[in-house]
Amino acid sequence: MSPAAAPDNLAKPDLKALFLGFSSVGLSGFGGVLPFARRMLVEERRWMTAEEFNAQLGLCQFLPGPNVINLAVLVGKRQAGLARAVVAPLGLLAGPMLIVLILALLYDRYGNLPLAQSMLRGIAAVGCGLLFAMAWRMGMAIKDKPAFLPFTILVVAAIAWLRWPMPLVMLAGLMVSGGVAFWRLGRR
Amino acid sequence: MNLVINLFLEFTLLACVAFGGATALLPEMHRVVVENHHWLDDTTFTHLYAIAQAAPGPNVLVVTLIGWKVAGLAGALAATLAMCLPMSVVIYLLYDRWESFAGKRWQRAIQIGVAPLAVGLIFSGAALIAQSAGLGWAAWGLVALTVLINLRTKLHPLWLIAVGAALGLLDLI
Repeated sequence: MSPAAAPDNLAKPDLKALFLGFSSVGLSGFGGVLPFARRMLVEERRWMTAEEFNAQLGLCQFLPGPNVINLAVLVGKRQAGLARAVVAPLGLLAGPMLIVLILALLYDRYGNLPLAQSMLRGIAAVGCGLLFAMAWRMGMAIKDKPAFLPFTILVVAAIAWLRWPMPLVMLAGLMVSGGVAFWRLGRR
Repeated sequence: MNLVINLFLEFTLLACVAFGGATALLPEMHRVVVENHHWLDDTTFTHLYAIAQAAPGPNVLVVTLIGWKVAGLAGALAATLAMCLPMSVVIYLLYDRWESFAGKRWQRAIQIGVAPLAVGLIFSGAALIAQSAGLGWAAWGLVALTVLINLRTKLHPLWLIAVGAALGLLDLI
């Protein structure tokens, strides 16, 4: 077993516990379930310590893709096993996917009704506001705003206005923005 | 079947640049699904985003809904798998090495450098939803109010979504 595997004083979940634990996380949050994952993993079931959670979340957030799915894979993996690394994200997704597919069926059936259309328009407006708020909060959390917020503006121009393909924009953006960060880290 | 494979390949590519999660991908998913392939129209795309907002679960589920609308159940599963698989594999393989490069200068530079880009992507997503939904004055008022309440109070977003649904039903938005 690698040194990074779970120490003995923490609980070691079996497949069923992993599936159920992550199911409860998946079903408890709206618009993001990461805080619930932390509560389940660290406080309720004690599958990892707070320090481990923070360190491993670092890896999940470092990589692209849905962070909480990455986290589930990682929690399964550290219990030493491919089966667990598959079951954990499955648990996270199974319940919510079922619900969302039922909603999709309803939408197929009743989505054309004027009432459904107006309701969805109202929800979309709120969802749009939630996105602006999320962008604002993340923007405010950036340290050294004068150096990095220009990159935010360039991304908005390239993606929202010019409609350039995102893989290219991200590749170029990451080289420049990451390059500036690399340079500034070295200066200190 | 070709459609499902095409969808899978497009979303696999997207998963590899999804810094900031599925939410940050909204503009690019719109570009691929609505503008390039014409698999969905603007209104449907906005509706799917609204449904995902109102349902419990990780943000990635908007991808499931888009897949469903494009190619049914197979599409839903293919799109979700495509979104989750690439980085799951990478993280599985990288896990044991993470300690050895966490905190290195290049690793921190990428982490710092990616944040402002993710903010730009999410802002673009918000602008895109606003544009696709064709919001009127009252709706923009609701957007502003949502931003204000979400930033200033701890009110659960679900309440705001319920208010949005109710105002919509009353045809005020």
